[in-house]
Amino acid sequence: MTFLDFEKPIEELYEQLNKLKKIGENGKVDIQSTIIEMESKIEQTKQAIYKNLNSWQRVQLSRHPERPYTLYYLNHICSRFIELHGDRNVADDKAMVGGIGEIDGQTIMFIGQQKGENTKQRQYRNFGMANPEGYRKALRLMKIAERFNIPVVALIDTPGAFPGLEAEERGQGEAIARNLFEMSKLRVPVVCVIIGEGASGGALGIGIGDRILMMENTWYSVISPESCSSILWHSWDHKETAAEQLKLTADHMYQFKLVDGVLPEPLGGAHHDPERMAQTLKDTISNTIRELKLIPVNDLIRDRIQKFCQMGFFDE
Amino acid sequence: MSWFKRSAEGITTTTEEKLEVPDGIWWKCPSCKKTIPTIDLQENSYVCTSCEYHARVNSVEYFGIIYDEGRAELLFENLKPKDFLEFTDLKPYKDRIKETLSKSNVSEALTVGYGTVNGHGLVTACMNFNFIGGSMGSIVGEKISRAIDVCLQKKAPLLIISKSGGARMMESAFSLMQMAKTSAKLTVLAEAQLPYFSLLTDPTTGGVTASYAMLGDINMAEPGALIGFAGPRVIKETIKKDLPKGFQRSEFLLEHGFLDFIVKRKELKQRLSDLIQLFENK
Repeated sequence: MTFLDFEKPIEELYEQLNKLKKIGENGKVDIQSTIIEMESKIEQTKQAIYKNLNSWQRVQLSRHPERPYTLYYLNHICSRFIELHGDRNVADDKAMVGGIGEIDGQTIMFIGQQKGENTKQRQYRNFGMANPEGYRKALRLMKIAERFNIPVVALIDTPGAFPGLEAEERGQGEAIARNLFEMSKLRVPVVCVIIGEGASGGALGIGIGDRILMMENTWYSVISPESCSSILWHSWDHKETAAEQLKLTADHMYQFKLVDGVLPEPLGGAHHDPERMAQTLKDTISNTIRELKLIPVNDLIRDRIQKFCQMGFFDE
Repeated sequence: MSWFKRSAEGITTTTEEKLEVPDGIWWKCPSCKKTIPTIDLQENSYVCTSCEYHARVNSVEYFGIIYDEGRAELLFENLKPKDFLEFTDLKPYKDRIKETLSKSNVSEALTVGYGTVNGHGLVTACMNFNFIGGSMGSIVGEKISRAIDVCLQKKAPLLIISKSGGARMMESAFSLMQMAKTSAKLTVLAEAQLPYFSLLTDPTTGGVTASYAMLGDINMAEPGALIGFAGPRVIKETIKKDLPKGFQRSEFLLEHGFLDFIVKRKELKQRLSDLIQLFENK
């Protein structure tokens, strides 16, 4: 387990616990009671730390290197899943995955950004930053879903759309814009879940739906705290303050009615118990789709457009 | 003893006594650096008379150029920005708004106007770059949404003139959601079979490019405008290479298939008038 800076007290306690256990194995001294004491101390420390996370710490958790990514969830929540590739025009974007799968007997079309688990994989997945063909691949799959009346689920986890030269040549802006437009009127239920980072247009590009949900330790914002700090504070040193100011946590987003629900994570984050997190995700998707399927499709689209049209604040 | 002696009296006029050239008589072109009389610039649709550089102007000037008698009825001017998140960076967002309002001749980063173009009704939502960088906040989204309602009511086409650095960071996720809001609302306009003309002007970047600016039934741009999703500086830092000449300019976008055509500002009104009529006579 990789520990983050604010998790150091927990790491130290674990180290002490391991030492104790070793002593117990080798020596003749009975330290059973000390071990139990230490374990309860760890539990208390965890509670104290994880129950009072600030915005920046949540951002760190959303990026934890051991956090489960899109394909982990798809392979764990679907009884069957077939990955589909390519946008039929330019390439197969490895940062955006998708495919057709099944949960509780319901066929679902999945799309989502994919990050890599090690250095090589991270490069292969372009750090979860999709190119235009990624957004167009997602749209292609959504259009198939629409044609066959299959609900769509998007799992969002990206530090942003890729800011590259070829991405601009192939119309990154147009690709995202087209998805916003098409997803607004897609004639099937669409559920979006932010499972990690929800950075700006890159996240929103697969983020229009009837229900937008966030896992507890994720963030959703117009810009990352680091870039915000660099632009507004003219320095990279204010990312913590920027994170607070941007009010980007799941709690904030739910409070502002910009998302429809928050999925609780295991104590310490999804990576502490990926299987339980996958189960929560599966149950949520299953229930939400069952509920949305009861709504006539014209009402569904009207409500979807209406929901986004109500977002904003101003005086009149 | 000095080597030289001043034979004539030097300049003795005090600063206060100097004859100042009144502000705004001359205009220096940022592109060719030539100085021309402002009046010539105005008469030339705010395009440099020597190099055809299209100066950055806002809704006041655009409405003057495209509408008959240069007049438009301004709509939704009662909408006022609000600091809902109490956002503070180096200065509070509240103060930024106040400061901008005191310096600017517009009430937000977008103004909606209704008028006629050669006798045909047109709703225009025009961005104002001099209002916090033309950044897209809640008001920009709401005004576009309401402008579309007016189009539906009057059965008029929509023109959006984009000129923006992108989303307004001080409104965080609310500004991001304006991309969703405007794109969603544009589906309603499309459903009603009313055309949407998108004019991209210098500069159009970020969330504006990735939403309504790229969604026109017709996408057009002024010559030489910077248009892109990521800004050139960010791309340069990412790929660690110099960018090719003309990268992300209107001509580049036309070449890559993202614009229908490039239109000079002096020809804009006639082009719009033709488009409106051609789409009406179906």
